[in-house]
Amino acid sequence: MLKISNTEEVIFSPELVTKFNEIVSRYPEDKQKSALLPILHLVQAEYGWISTPAMDKVAEYLDLKPIEVYEVATFYTMFFLKPQGKYVLEVCRTGPCCLVGAEKIMKYIEQKLNVKEGEVTPDGLFSWRGVECLAACGTGPVLQIGPEYTYYENLTEAKVDELIDGLRLKTAENAQMI
Amino acid sequence: MGRKLLLENINVPGINTFEVYRQKGGYRAVEKALKSMSPEDVVEEVKKSGLRGRGGAGFPTGMKWSFLAKPEGKPRYLVCNGDESEPGTFKDRYLMTYIPHLLIEGMIVSSYALGANTSYIYVRGEMMPQIRILEKAIAEAKNAGLLGKNILGSGYDLELYVQPGGGAYICGEETALIESLEGKRGNPRIKPPFPAISGLYNCPTVVNNVESIAATVPIINDGADEYAKMGIGRSTGTKLISASGNLNKPGVYEIELGVSVEEFIYSDEYCGGIANGKRMKAVVAGGSSVPILPANLILKTANGENRLITYESLADGGFATGTMLGSGGFVVFDEDQCIVRNTWNYSRFYHHESCGQCSPCREGTGWMEKVLHRLEYGHGKLSDIDLLVDVSKKIEGNTICPLGDAAAWPVASAIRHFRDEFEWHVTHPDEAMQRNYGLAHYADPLPKPEGVTAN
Ligand SMILES: Cc1cc2nc3c(=O)[nH]c(=O)nc-3n(C[C@H](O)[C@H](O)[C@H](O)COP(=O)(O)O)c2cc1C
Ligand code: SF4
Ligand code: FES
Repeated sequence: MLKISNTEEVIFSPELVTKFNEIVSRYPEDKQKSALLPILHLVQAEYGWISTPAMDKVAEYLDLKPIEVYEVATFYTMFFLKPQGKYVLEVCRTGPCCLVGAEKIMKYIEQKLNVKEGEVTPDGLFSWRGVECLAACGTGPVLQIGPEYTYYENLTEAKVDELIDGLRLKTAENAQMI
Repeated sequence: MGRKLLLENINVPGINTFEVYRQKGGYRAVEKALKSMSPEDVVEEVKKSGLRGRGGAGFPTGMKWSFLAKPEGKPRYLVCNGDESEPGTFKDRYLMTYIPHLLIEGMIVSSYALGANTSYIYVRGEMMPQIRILEKAIAEAKNAGLLGKNILGSGYDLELYVQPGGGAYICGEETALIESLEGKRGNPRIKPPFPAISGLYNCPTVVNNVESIAATVPIINDGADEYAKMGIGRSTGTKLISASGNLNKPGVYEIELGVSVEEFIYSDEYCGGIANGKRMKAVVAGGSSVPILPANLILKTANGENRLITYESLADGGFATGTMLGSGGFVVFDEDQCIVRNTWNYSRFYHHESCGQCSPCREGTGWMEKVLHRLEYGHGKLSDIDLLVDVSKKIEGNTICPLGDAAAWPVASAIRHFRDEFEWHVTHPDEAMQRNYGLAHYADPLPKPEGVTAN
C-alpha cells in the first residue's frame, strides 16, 4: 500500500491504468462514467484511502468534472476520504447482529485498540468503525477488513484477540524481513 | 426433508466449480432454452410458474418481464440485484458464495428471454469475495462457450459483468441501483417512467433479485407446471429463508412455501428452536422493513389459524395483526431482547441510509431515531410514544421510494404490539437501564381483527 497525503499529486501506475481500461470496456461507448465505482475501489485498494488529487485524476481519466467524482465518493460509505489504519475493522452494528452480541464486540475492540471509532492507532496499524448489516446475520457478530473485504464471522472476544494479535505479529515479521 | 430446487446440490464438494456444476446437470436450462425455446416461450414458462420476485415486493416475475418495452434500435438490459442490504437477509450472499453457477445459468436464460445482449450483476461492494467468485464463474462459463458470441451455436450473444456497489442500502431499490450502475449517487428516480420503459442508460431494463433469477433454472428444467405444484395458492415454488437472531441453528434454509412458522422455528429440520432454552418473544419475518410481530401472532393468525410461510398467510390480518414475507429474513428475538432498543437500532439504520431526497424521510427518520434514543436511555416522556406514531404516519406513503415506509413500519408495529414496554421505559427509566422488560403480557389476549385498524 502506498502512502499519500491530501496535497500530493497522484500518478496511477500503468498496471492500474490497464485495469481501469478493462473496466471501461464493460460499458457501452460514452458510458464510461459507469466505471466510477469500480475504479474508486481500485484506487482505495492501492492507497488505503481516496485523496482529493486522486479523485481529480480519476475525473481526468474518465473525462468527468471533478465534482461528479466528489459527489459519488462522499455518498457511498465504503470510500474513505481521509487516511485510515492499515487494517480497518468494519464491524456490523445493525439489529440482527446486536441480538447476538455485536455491541459487546464493538466495545471490546474499542478497549483493545484503545482508540475511538474512526480514529487510528498510534502505530498506524488499525482503525475500526461500525457499519450496517453485512448480509451475514446468521453468523453474527461479524466484521470485515478491506481491501479484500474478508469476512470474520461468529466473533467472540477470543477470536478478536486472535485476529488483532495475528495482524500485529504479521506486520512485525514483515518489518524484520526488510 | 422438503424438496429443494436451488440448494439441492449445495453440499456436493466442488459445486462452486464449473466442472462439478456441469456434471450435476448444470447449464441444462441454457441448452434447453437456447436450442428448443423461443424467448417468448421462456417468458411464458416463467409466467405460468407463478414465480414472484424474491427481492421483497413479491411482484410476479413473468408479468414484469412481459412489460419490457421493445423499441427498435435500443438495447435492452437485465440487471441482477445482488445488493442484499436488508438487515436480516443473507440468502443471496449464500447462494453466490456456494453455487455461483446457478446464478450465472439463470442470468443466461433470463437475458435470452428478455433479448438482452449485455447484462450486469450488481453486487454490494462489501461482498468483494463474492464478486471475485462470480467473476471466476463467468470466466469459466465463457471458456465453455456458454457466454460470449453465438452461445452453443444458437446465434445468441451475451456478455455478463459484475458491478460493485459502494456501501449504500438504498442502492437495493431498483432505480437507485440503476443510478449507481451509471456511476452516480444512489438517489431513487421518480416513477413513472418505470425501468421497463426507461431504465439503465434510458433503455428498457428489468431488475430482478438473485434468487428470482436462480429460480428460472429449475422452472426451465422441470417445466412451469412442476414448479407450480410446489407451494400453496399464489405462493408457488420454494423460498430461501435467512434465519438469524436467538436460534439454535441460524442459517439459510430452502423451504417449500407453505411450511408453518412453528415448524420452521422449532423443528430440527430447520432452526431447532430458541437458543439457550429461552422462550421466543418476537419475530421480524421479512427483513427489517416489515412489521414486527409478538410470538403469539407470528405462530397463529388473529383467527387462530396456523401461520404459514407464504405471502398470503404472513400478511393475514393486514398491518393490525399480520406482517409480510418480504425478502424472507427471519429475525428471531428471545425473551431477553429489548424491543425499544431494537426499534431504535432500526431507526438509526434507516436514518443513516436515507438518501435525503424527500424531507419526510430525511427529517422523519432522524426525528424517530432521536426520540427512540431518549426513550431507550430513560429520558423519554409518555407523549413521545404517540409522537413516534404520528411521525411514522407522516412518512408513510409520502416519499419517492419505499424506504420511507420501510422506516415507518417497524416503529409503528413495535408500538402497536409492545406499547407497554415503551411505557415501562418511561415510567421506570432507571430500571429500564438495568434490565429488560422480558415477556410481560404483550399483545395478550389476541386482538380481534375487526377491532384494530392499521396504525
Ligand atoms: C430501500 C429498498 C431496498 C431494497 N433492497 C433490495 C435488495 O437488497 N435486493 C433486492 O433484490 N431487492 C431490493 N429491493 C427491491 C427492489 O427495488 C426490486 O423490487 C427488486 O430487486 C426486484 O426484483 P424481484 O422482482 O426479483 O424481487 C429494495 C427496495 C427498496 C425500496
Ligand atoms: S424515501 Fe428516503 S431513501 Fe427514498 S428517495 Fe426519499 S429520501 Fe431517498
Ligand atoms: S445484522 Fe450484522 S450482518 Fe446482518
